[in-house]
Amino acid sequence: MMQEEVNEATSVLSVYGHTIKVTEVLQDGDTLTFIIVSQKLSGTGEYHVDRTYEDFEWLQQHLYAQEDVPGLQGVIFPPLPVRPQVNASAKVMKQLGFLGLGEWQPYCKALETFLRQVAAHSILKKNKTLEVFLTSTDPPGRQKLRRNIFNRLSQAVEGLWKEGHKDVDEFFHTERDHNLVLTGHTRTAAEKFLDVVLTEQKIAVACGHFAAALHICVENGEDPEKKAFSRVCVKLSEVFDSIKKNMTSIAVNDMNTLGLGLDLDSRYLEAEKEMLFRRTCKLVELENARKNAERAKPVKKNAMEEVKKAAEGEFEQICKVAKQEIVQLNQERVEMLQKNLIQWCEQQLQTAKEGADAYNQHLQAFIAMA
Amino acid sequence: MDDLQMKQLQRCLERTEPASLSAVDISTNSNGPKQDSFFDDDNEDLFAEATEEVSLDSPERDVLLSDGPSPAITPITPPTSVITPRIGNTHDDMFTHSSFDEVEEEEGGDSFDIHLSVSDPEKIGDGMNAYMAYKVTTKTSMSLFKQRDFSVKRRFSDFLGLHSKLASKYLHIGYIVPPAPEKSIVGMTKVKVGKEDQSSNEFVEKRRSALERYLMRTVKHPILLKDPDVLQFLESSELPRAVNTQALSSAGILRMVNKAADAVNKMTIKMNESDAWFEEKQQHFENLDIQLKKLHASVESLVCHRKELSVNTAQFAKSAAMLGNSEDHTALSRALSQLAEVEEKIDQLHQDQANADLYLFSELLGDYVRLISAVKGVFDQRMKTWQKWQDSQMLLQKKREAEAKLQFTNKPDKLQQAKDEIKELEGKVQQGERDFEQISKTIRKEVSRFEKERVKDFKMIIVKYLESLVQTQQQLIKYWEAFLPEAKAIS
Repeated sequence: MMQEEVNEATSVLSVYGHTIKVTEVLQDGDTLTFIIVSQKLSGTGEYHVDRTYEDFEWLQQHLYAQEDVPGLQGVIFPPLPVRPQVNASAKVMKQLGFLGLGEWQPYCKALETFLRQVAAHSILKKNKTLEVFLTSTDPPGRQKLRRNIFNRLSQAVEGLWKEGHKDVDEFFHTERDHNLVLTGHTRTAAEKFLDVVLTEQKIAVACGHFAAALHICVENGEDPEKKAFSRVCVKLSEVFDSIKKNMTSIAVNDMNTLGLGLDLDSRYLEAEKEMLFRRTCKLVELENARKNAERAKPVKKNAMEEVKKAAEGEFEQICKVAKQEIVQLNQERVEMLQKNLIQWCEQQLQTAKEGADAYNQHLQAFIAMA
Repeated sequence: MDDLQMKQLQRCLERTEPASLSAVDISTNSNGPKQDSFFDDDNEDLFAEATEEVSLDSPERDVLLSDGPSPAITPITPPTSVITPRIGNTHDDMFTHSSFDEVEEEEGGDSFDIHLSVSDPEKIGDGMNAYMAYKVTTKTSMSLFKQRDFSVKRRFSDFLGLHSKLASKYLHIGYIVPPAPEKSIVGMTKVKVGKEDQSSNEFVEKRRSALERYLMRTVKHPILLKDPDVLQFLESSELPRAVNTQALSSAGILRMVNKAADAVNKMTIKMNESDAWFEEKQQHFENLDIQLKKLHASVESLVCHRKELSVNTAQFAKSAAMLGNSEDHTALSRALSQLAEVEEKIDQLHQDQANADLYLFSELLGDYVRLISAVKGVFDQRMKTWQKWQDSQMLLQKKREAEAKLQFTNKPDKLQQAKDEIKELEGKVQQGERDFEQISKTIRKEVSRFEKERVKDFKMIIVKYLESLVQTQQQLIKYWEAFLPEAKAIS
């Protein structure tokens, strides 16, 4: 039944794309279920659905497998985060990066961003699959679709050698080189920033331990010196609770703004890389088709010419879409990074001010204690 | 000076309580109870002034006590000029606070005013014979010293030598002698072979700071300050080289002290601790030892993470710079470069904060862990003193029994010998009792002093730490405020 719905020719989404929210995540053993809420266009309320990661993959596969969409392979597909894992291994944690932190809040945010980006994409939002995903009470079908050219595994197997294939177009030649450099640096920056955040969390924990240890030093007794020392210990414990709070804030700010920003940027650049690779593969296909057409024996000549023409047409479409996508991505990247940098700075500034106030209060209290 | 005179003196002290002070019990048997009226420390000091300023064998004591029942005891109410506490000390240095108590304790009204610093570490020599020389500067107005402002050069083993001399003189009579800093083979070897990196610089700085704290704790002790070895250490331009520093290391001294503890544990007659004060305090210090060690470990862990944060921040700054360089968009590129710079500055802040954590808390806690060992040591010395007293008493008893038996034999020589021995032993027993009472008194006073100093020390360090925290935050605020316009300028 789901299959039929997918094939129906439809148009627009019945919800406001920018209202899509992944509001919570439920854990049942090893399974994670995400609750997705979106506001109806009609203004009559909201849709609440629950989805698992498999459902997201189903959506993504359908987007890849669309037929009769010219130049689809030139689309930079919004990146879906890697599969989440409860009690993740170290390897998976490294893959997840920022998205593995906290109690899946960054992960939910990333899924939310994915859905919003799909809903906002001029080509992709026309696909009925997203509507089904967001509104159907039943979980979408989880049958595996046919292997398609977007299967990442096949890409890797088919020929990484193609990646270096010389380009015919200056614009794309530059973009491919640039993307390569940028992808590497962004990924490194995201990894290093994650290290910073993890250490900040460690410091917060250590401060908590110190604060607790100080409480053990508190003694009962009437002895004035004992009382004085106990007071000192209690007050110092409060100081370290403050430091812990401050550090935790700093880490959360890092995570929610620049952390997520670098993570998204990194995954989008990878998505662009994949698109460029698809285009390159098509270019190789086209060049082969031209060669075949040239060398074809008269019997096969016409057939080869047809193939060549089809390939040329597809390649042209792909390039057209790709160019638009690249221009748009570059613009959106800058906007996104700017927004994140501003938010990051504002939040850290706020936290620093709160910290300064708190420490100052403690300082005055200690001086007064003398 | 005999037992009778001693008893007279003490009765006299008891009688001369002025009405304004609360009843203070300084009963001769300080092993007895009555600890709830323990003291208003000020009063305790006033009474103690007459007897405890000097060691039992010093000539000053005889002068003080030889005038019969009303010896020349300094008046109970100290002269008003001395009472005024010196508050509002503007010295920034850690240890130049003075207090009412210390002011009182001075004979001759010399108020405590010393500013010590250990500075200018200088490497002398090369290779494995090289050593660090430190400049020890004293600024003081006290009449104890020949000059007001002077400095000398000392090396680490000199400090150890000083400590060993003080320990051998004062530990066994109950004074808490501040322990000297630890030896460090690893640390020193790096310095000797000329390795000039951050960790060896940190080592030298840690040591310099530790030596300074050690000296200040020593001179803040009113008895130790007057010791000729201390004065010589601070003033004399040439110091005889302290040899065999292995035995002299503070760890070595404490091992000696701990051996006393082991001996105590092996005592066949367990000391009957009828003094609840001592029992409680001993337990208290056992607990404190454990707690401080936990705290110290906790802080070390914190310092470690701060250093890690500094390293990670620096690496992130580098990666942000590279990212900025590869961005086409000019404003974004500039913002990312600015980001890299901000992160570098923050890295420096992290380093400074780690240092604050380290030098302030970690070192303070480390000092106190060692101090507690010294405190436990004097408690054990008291037990040893008690044991000695008991041993003399038991021997006396035996001799008396033997003498009684000799009465019935006709051996006048042996009898006389026995009587002589008994007389000698009686003296020993009395001395033993006096020693025990003296050390008990001294320890009470020392513990009280320790607990006061502890509160002061901690408060002072905490205030410094909070000041550094506030400063760091304010610097951070400046950095973020400077970066915000850069971020906004991107579009």
